[in-house]
Amino acid sequence: MSKKAVTELTVLENLPCGRNQSMLVLQGEHDLLPVKPGQFVNVEIPDNKEVFLRRPFSVFRVDEERRLLTLLVKDLGKGSHSLMQVGTGRKLNIIYPLGNGFTFPVTGDRPLAVGGGSGVAPLLFLASLAASAGIKMDVLLGARSAADHIPVNTVAEDIRCFFTTEDGSLGASGLVTDHQVMKQLDSYNRIYTCGPLPMMKAVAALAKTKSVTCEVSLENLMACGFGVCLCCIEPTVEGNQCVCTQGPVFNVNDLLWQI
Amino acid sequence: MADLKVNIGGLELKNPVMTASGCSGFGTELTDFFDVSGLGAILLKGLTLKNRDGNKYPRMAETPSGMLNAVGLQNKGVDYFISKIYPEIKHLDCALIANVNGSTIEEYVELTRIINELEHIAAIELNISCPNVKEGGMAFGVSCPHAGAVTREVRKACSKPLIVKLSPNVTDITDIARVVESEGADAVSLINTLLGMAIDAEKRIPLLSTVTGGLSGPAIKPVALRMVWQVSKVVKIPVIGLGGIMNATDAIEFFLAGASAVQVGTALFKDPLIPLHIVDGIDNYLERHHFGSINQIIGGLQM
Repeated sequence: MSKKAVTELTVLENLPCGRNQSMLVLQGEHDLLPVKPGQFVNVEIPDNKEVFLRRPFSVFRVDEERRLLTLLVKDLGKGSHSLMQVGTGRKLNIIYPLGNGFTFPVTGDRPLAVGGGSGVAPLLFLASLAASAGIKMDVLLGARSAADHIPVNTVAEDIRCFFTTEDGSLGASGLVTDHQVMKQLDSYNRIYTCGPLPMMKAVAALAKTKSVTCEVSLENLMACGFGVCLCCIEPTVEGNQCVCTQGPVFNVNDLLWQI
Repeated sequence: MADLKVNIGGLELKNPVMTASGCSGFGTELTDFFDVSGLGAILLKGLTLKNRDGNKYPRMAETPSGMLNAVGLQNKGVDYFISKIYPEIKHLDCALIANVNGSTIEEYVELTRIINELEHIAAIELNISCPNVKEGGMAFGVSCPHAGAVTREVRKACSKPLIVKLSPNVTDITDIARVVESEGADAVSLINTLLGMAIDAEKRIPLLSTVTGGLSGPAIKPVALRMVWQVSKVVKIPVIGLGGIMNATDAIEFFLAGASAVQVGTALFKDPLIPLHIVDGIDNYLERHHFGSINQIIGGLQM
């Protein structure tokens, strides 16, 4: 079997999951290819002739036994908007698994994941698999308001999750970087971040001051998702690299960010 | 199964469906998905003598029925290609065609001389039509004297079949095609991307770092078809058609317009399996219409 596949999955559920976001549960007819946290799928958008290219989404959950692959779709434009309208039973064409994924924490690690926006999906996937492996990962999620967060009960019970909101309607008031957890970075040896670029840069800057290893997951615009169009490049210490194949996860020290 | 074999200026292909340069990497990106022996040929990512970082991000913008790109020939240079990539791909059961680029005629010639020594490179495509580089590229492809001069000099260094890739950003593409034919090209491929532009009205900024870029996808297919039809009428060498081919019917239209083979480009971004579906679809078309060979429909447009 080849390492990547172009395949059709059936929409089992497409449920609202926080404001302007839905949880899309897809089921395969056959066994799924292995998917690591931080890897993504590239989805062909149905029913919208204005959308020519696929749209990439990080994987939120995988249930190998039931052949389920779950995505969080945030309404960010024409493509994601169309996907949020897709009904159950509909077949979606996807290319997967794409990208490298996060470095999985090892026993003894004290990892922290910091996310916002559509970045929460891969981080909660990672935290959930880490928990299954007996590694406790703290997760800090930020949003504008309580309604913008995924419902609290969506987060697995074995994950210690902190919330921030800019209006104080859920968890601590302010940005993720204002949260108490970020003032105790010394107690972590590994930080993962995914979300809006300014948030990731702020988190990476704090991690840098404490010399904590930090991995960031980037969302550069891409056409293909598998390394042939060379559109999603990110400047790195090794030159321009494709976010789709050499990322989306990078060690922040390999990026040329001015932080 | 119909006979799908074609001969492109001395290059024998098992079928007429190739992947376009810049859209299929160096072939290994495709082997992650399928066995490339089903392809007629793979056009390798554009090469230059030295490393090129390409243009700044953002390099692409989605447009109605297509996209703009401004990659700018990012590649690690021919030495890296030969030491790291060529050993990985030379035994692929599929014709490999190198896409050669330069800023000056001397660079084109030197690179051609190096590539010409590689046994498993079946042919060379001379790219005089890249719209995304400041020097060379399309500048050679939009002037008859320049297109003629670079083709003449590269021809001397090239013992393999030589395909010249033409730009649509010209007043009359048949003039350029005639010139490169007269200077020794074995085939022409057309069209490269059309120069275009996209703007974010809300932010009042261009969507590409380079402001302008190359338009590809179904949006350009009618232009490509027209140019293939025009060029195939005035040259004797084979024409390879490309521009917005998404399925077998699109490919058949290019054959009818006069193309002897096709390249699939932007469609690969949507689905890397499309070239294989096109091969099957061409076979199906030929059987339905009782043609024994692809060669029977080339230029077969009924007027």
